[in-house]
Amino acid sequence: MDSPQRIIVLAEDDEGHATLILRNLKRGGLDHGVVHLREGPAVLDAFWRKPGAVGPVALLLDINLPGMDGIGVLRELKSRPETMKVPVVILTTTDDASEVERCYRLGAAAYITKPVEYEAFSEVIQRLAAFLKIIHLPEGEVAG
Amino acid sequence: MIAPPSRWPSEPLVLLAEDDEGHATLIQRNLRRGGLRNRIVHLRNGDEVLDCIRRRHGSGGALVLLLDIHMPRGDGIEVLRALKSTRDTADVPVVMLTTSSDPDEVDLCYSLGCSFYIAKSVDYAVFSECVQRLGALLGHVQLPWKRIRLPGPS
Repeated sequence: MDSPQRIIVLAEDDEGHATLILRNLKRGGLDHGVVHLREGPAVLDAFWRKPGAVGPVALLLDINLPGMDGIGVLRELKSRPETMKVPVVILTTTDDASEVERCYRLGAAAYITKPVEYEAFSEVIQRLAAFLKIIHLPEGEVAG
Repeated sequence: MIAPPSRWPSEPLVLLAEDDEGHATLIQRNLRRGGLRNRIVHLRNGDEVLDCIRRRHGSGGALVLLLDIHMPRGDGIEVLRALKSTRDTADVPVVMLTTSSDPDEVDLCYSLGCSFYIAKSVDYAVFSECVQRLGALLGHVQLPWKRIRLPGPS
């Protein structure tokens, strides 16, 4: 189990979804700090910040993001040795089979389709939070 | 796990690679308690796991692997490395489920491409709870389906 000060990034440009996700991560008991970012390039900046800094330990990633979409972000993170270990959970509205396969092929840890109904969406996020609490995450990488 | 698209050959499978019978029983019971309904196939060594995945995934079936590290005939690290370095099986999600919580081992598994790493607690109640949470989440995870040619109207 991880210490509370370690950071997880939520990449989500829809404010309604972000509010719901943040609220239910908390309800699910997640005690990591969560940083909410709204654009692809900002996500890469957060992970590649500055030499010597400890980076975030995991990423919850929407696919439709301005600037650079989630597929691009995933590809970039997984292609750099200093961030290839970061587990990336795709959280998106599409359930297209070829998109799912593409994300796993690029190295996504898990692919979750956002349920349309509010209650079901909340429930999934709480289960995700409860799960994230009990796994071991890689050590926050020293950004290069 | 989400049901397969219509006309896909089969439903997603959970492979449990675990040589300790007591652990295997406990894991299966608690995945069910967590709400997982998919078929669980219990395998006991590394060679069996690779054979099963090559056959199954090659034929278009979706699966997720829950992988112990300490196993005879191909330990979990070797199995993970073999799967992730082979194009046809690199997309299979692998959850490590093991007694070690050594940070170097955790880092190694993530750099080889595991999805998540869970350390088995020696405390029975804690271990059960962890596996239930895994089962509860897996029911919502979409798995990769191979793009294979399906028999259609000719």
